[in-house]
Amino acid sequence: MNLLKTDNITMQFGGLTAVKDFNLELNKGEIVALIGPNGAGKTTAFNMITGVYTPTKGKVLFNEKSIVDGKEDYKEKDITGLRPDQITGLGIARTFQNIRLFKDLSVLDNVLIANHLRIKSNILEAILKLPGYKREEKQMIEKTMNLLEKVGLADLQDEKSSSLPYGKQRRLEIARALATNPTILLLDEPAAGMNPKETDDLTSFIKQIRDEFDLTVFMIEHHMQVVMGISKRIYVMEYGITIAQGSPYEIQNNQRVIEAYLGVDEDA
Amino acid sequence: MKRNTILTIAAIIALCIFVYIADSTFDSYILRILNLCAIYTVLGLSMNLINGFTGLFSLGHAGFMAVGAYTTALLTMPLATKEMNFFLVPLISPLNKIVLPFLPSLLIAGLLSAFVAFLIGAPVLRLKGDYLAIATLGFSEIIRVVFTNTQNITNGALGLKGIPATTNLWWSYGTALVTIFVLVSLINSSYGRAFKAIREDEIAAESMGVSLFKHKVLSFMIGAFFAGVGGGLLGNLIGAVDPLMFRFFLTYNILLIIVLGGMGSITGSIISAFVITIAQEVLRFLDEPMFPGIPALPGLRMVVFSILLMVVVLFFRNGLMGTREFSWDKLIGLFSKKPLAKGGNK
Repeated sequence: MNLLKTDNITMQFGGLTAVKDFNLELNKGEIVALIGPNGAGKTTAFNMITGVYTPTKGKVLFNEKSIVDGKEDYKEKDITGLRPDQITGLGIARTFQNIRLFKDLSVLDNVLIANHLRIKSNILEAILKLPGYKREEKQMIEKTMNLLEKVGLADLQDEKSSSLPYGKQRRLEIARALATNPTILLLDEPAAGMNPKETDDLTSFIKQIRDEFDLTVFMIEHHMQVVMGISKRIYVMEYGITIAQGSPYEIQNNQRVIEAYLGVDEDA
Repeated sequence: MKRNTILTIAAIIALCIFVYIADSTFDSYILRILNLCAIYTVLGLSMNLINGFTGLFSLGHAGFMAVGAYTTALLTMPLATKEMNFFLVPLISPLNKIVLPFLPSLLIAGLLSAFVAFLIGAPVLRLKGDYLAIATLGFSEIIRVVFTNTQNITNGALGLKGIPATTNLWWSYGTALVTIFVLVSLINSSYGRAFKAIREDEIAAESMGVSLFKHKVLSFMIGAFFAGVGGGLLGNLIGAVDPLMFRFFLTYNILLIIVLGGMGSITGSIISAFVITIAQEVLRFLDEPMFPGIPALPGLRMVVFSILLMVVVLFFRNGLMGTREFSWDKLIGLFSKKPLAKGGNK
């Protein structure tokens, strides 16, 4: 089933077209990767989907999940130009290329903050610590501890997030995104700067959370081992243009992709 | 948990006893200083919520205080005093007909201040860093100029005199306690965490579903509410307000308190409010002629504070407390175990 679709989204910065006519389709439960050389416009595409940028042209369509009479129901919704927090509220969460944790706050607080968007109590109830708020706070902490348990950070809950080793910071960022209850998870270079061992762990970790949280994953990644290992489909971008898409096998044998990565042999 | 609650209640009772004794034994000079300490605590905490906890560099505090001070003054002044004050241009109705008790006046002052904060915050809070500082500073000056020129409401440059001196230790320390309770509770709630998230990283906070606009405006309004209440207490303590009281200098004083105490520490602001307020009195001798033959240098006192601020900003960026807070556990740990170095300005 189709969850997210972009309809020819284009992003122009002045005279520069960073992304041109990007068409993405994400089906439920898939792991899809977006690859391409540096500066190809991958993160810009991400930012258009998550609301950081409003596309100059085109539409982002999201199938919003709602539960009607105990049954899951999906309704297509145009989310172009919504604010990032609204898009996260609909169920699209993301991580960042250069880790953006709340550095001075504890691991627990980092994840608790991501629960805030679902809070029902208003600020007065929170200040007066009324029973309704206390119940919510308790649920939040339980849910967060559960999540930390699952990602293997439970014993570090009181540590300052900036004191964690790099691989764990990445994990924490993913945990924080998961705490917003997403249906789609966007990962921006999750394996960047990781050693081979951490990369292996990450690959199985992504699969594990996909199954456990019933997610659809869309990721930008340079690490071919990760990309080829777990993605069902791959999009390749160069200079803002989608030059290929298909299964990992098709991409590996695509002439244009090879040229984009390795260059063209002038003598041939 | 329970022990701490008991200790807190005991501390509050001790404070009440202190206030009771102080109120009846100390002379008016010391009472004035003690009152100012509590009022500056309220003001420091309110500014720390905006600047220290939410990371919005706002310099509009004097403006909010002006709104609060004038509102409380106009609502509590007896009708006869109002008539005496407004001898050039009469006060507009219905203000010239109503007199309210102190508590509702303070609350209205706070709410009005929060409303003004909403009006100014909604367009301005999208700015960041120094731009926000300039915009809020401008706002505070605008309030002052408006108050200088609205003769029929604020009595213009003449100011208001003969405001009932309602503020006493009970009022100021009561308000300070309420402010501490509300802010501590807020900071430790989910909303407080959202504020801190905005301070740490706006982009990440927004991506985690924290609405920047809503939470920035909320923080700004709550800060302004307490600034208004603090302004009201100050006006009814001194007994007179005029637009010149609310120059940038006043904001600077509060900024000094929160920077010295530590941006993002409630404990730090409280300690610092007391230290600065008392030091301002203790150092008064600097303004007087000290050596025979050398004339007095009025304002030398402030030089000390300015240098202090520079030293803190240069060498002790985190202030006295950083973002740490007081807790009973730590205090008891301090006595029961080996005395650890308290740390703080390292």
